[in-house]
Amino acid sequence: MSNVPSDLRYAKSHEWVRLDPGAAVVGITDHAQHELTDIVFVELPAVGRQVKAGEACAVVESVKTASDIYSPVSGEIVAVNAALPANPALVNTAPFGDGWFFRVKLTAPAEVDALLTPDQYLAQIGA
Amino acid sequence: MLKRTALFEAHSRLGARLVEFGGWEMPIQYTGILDEHHAVRKAAGIFDISHMGEAFVSGPAAEAFLNATLTNDARKLAPGQGQYTLLCNPQGGVVDDLFAYRLAPESFLLIINASRAALDIAHLRQQLQSFESRAQVTLDDACDRLSAVAIQGPTTPLFIDALLPAAALAAAGPDSRPSLLKRNRIASYPVGADTVWIARTGYTGEDGFEVVAPNALIEGLWNTALQAGAAHGLKPCGLGARDTLRTEMCFPLYGQELTEQTTPLEAGLDVFVALDKPGFTGQAALLTQKQAGLPRRLVALRMIERASPPVRPHYPVLSTDATPTRLGETTSGTLSPSLGLGIAMAYVPLSHAQPGTRVSIEVRGRPFPAEVVKKPLYRRPVPAA
Repeated sequence: MSNVPSDLRYAKSHEWVRLDPGAAVVGITDHAQHELTDIVFVELPAVGRQVKAGEACAVVESVKTASDIYSPVSGEIVAVNAALPANPALVNTAPFGDGWFFRVKLTAPAEVDALLTPDQYLAQIGA
Repeated sequence: MLKRTALFEAHSRLGARLVEFGGWEMPIQYTGILDEHHAVRKAAGIFDISHMGEAFVSGPAAEAFLNATLTNDARKLAPGQGQYTLLCNPQGGVVDDLFAYRLAPESFLLIINASRAALDIAHLRQQLQSFESRAQVTLDDACDRLSAVAIQGPTTPLFIDALLPAAALAAAGPDSRPSLLKRNRIASYPVGADTVWIARTGYTGEDGFEVVAPNALIEGLWNTALQAGAAHGLKPCGLGARDTLRTEMCFPLYGQELTEQTTPLEAGLDVFVALDKPGFTGQAALLTQKQAGLPRRLVALRMIERASPPVRPHYPVLSTDATPTRLGETTSGTLSPSLGLGIAMAYVPLSHAQPGTRVSIEVRGRPFPAEVVKKPLYRRPVPAA
């Protein structure tokens, strides 16, 4: 049974968004890390890059597959999780904590309201 | 509709994640590929390999038939011995790679790939039709009635004998226990009215065994092994770990390293091709290729930088010149769990096939430095004295 924290919003493509003052933190869900299995490589976007909602901007690889990670929101990448490239397994062990991917300074904050609520995401993954 | 092995229910109970492979619904992993990989390198793992095919070839002319059909020299096999060998088409392309065991002077067991089984049997039947002494050869397709498991890893000799009932071990004699088998040897054991074959072989680079049995016996053998091996670190392992383990050893996988368009010589399998024996299918083409010189060769590649992304099949391999040229593409590629580095195999021109040659592997449009290295990519550490 996947963990779906109630204080986050979710993208259909299995990223989560946590709103912090002035920025949004993005990661992938517990369900996603479980489906991907052992994560062995993470490629993060450059700080300063402008991303649009739905744009592929990171890559996560398990032993068997490579998957794109999409920014659920538009804005500027203002920080990335520097611990991930050296320790990609953090995505498996702490998907909602130390396994976060990047922070986006929002240019269209209303986009967050269009993301899935925890209940909607739970329904999507059939949990 | 995908085929299921006799162990399908057992896999489901163990929480396996299932994928399609060669027309079969097979476990790719149970706990995780890394975990299962390390279990096999350090202790033991058990794999369902029931998708693989089996065929018996017997009769007074069985040896002559196999020697006219397969690349390795079957005459070298004493009863109880096995050899890696290949089935080629007349152009020298690989129809399948397989293991051939001589069970008795006039009886052989072939272990063939799941994805090629039906085609192999058809190929063998067709060759048999034009074989002079065909009346003295029987080909028995046993794919549907036999199952198999591979038990691999350094601790397997400590518990392999426990798979067999005491009566089977007694019937075989004290010198014929599975744990006493030498590499590539096979023995048969009577279990009730049935026969179980155990061979000391595998596809992981570790010590280990493959157990072939009638479908109805395989779940009992699987459960007995899990029980007997528990104290020796045995874990159920899926095709994911089987692939990373064999890639580290540079063992070819049919459909990736080997196809009907690649020859065993290009794949570096020369020692399994007895070019000097009397005629076999593909021999003329292979001799011609050997004399003309190989156009390319299968090499092992290792990424230079630990931070490089994992390599996957079909990634371009480039030269490192100022204007890079495309040398080929990876046939297999993965993160090596044992080395913590990206590894791959690829066909490249002979000019770039020497160990030590620097190349680039292109990942998502960016070149990453790699090196041609000697096979295998992984060598078991020598235990401290």
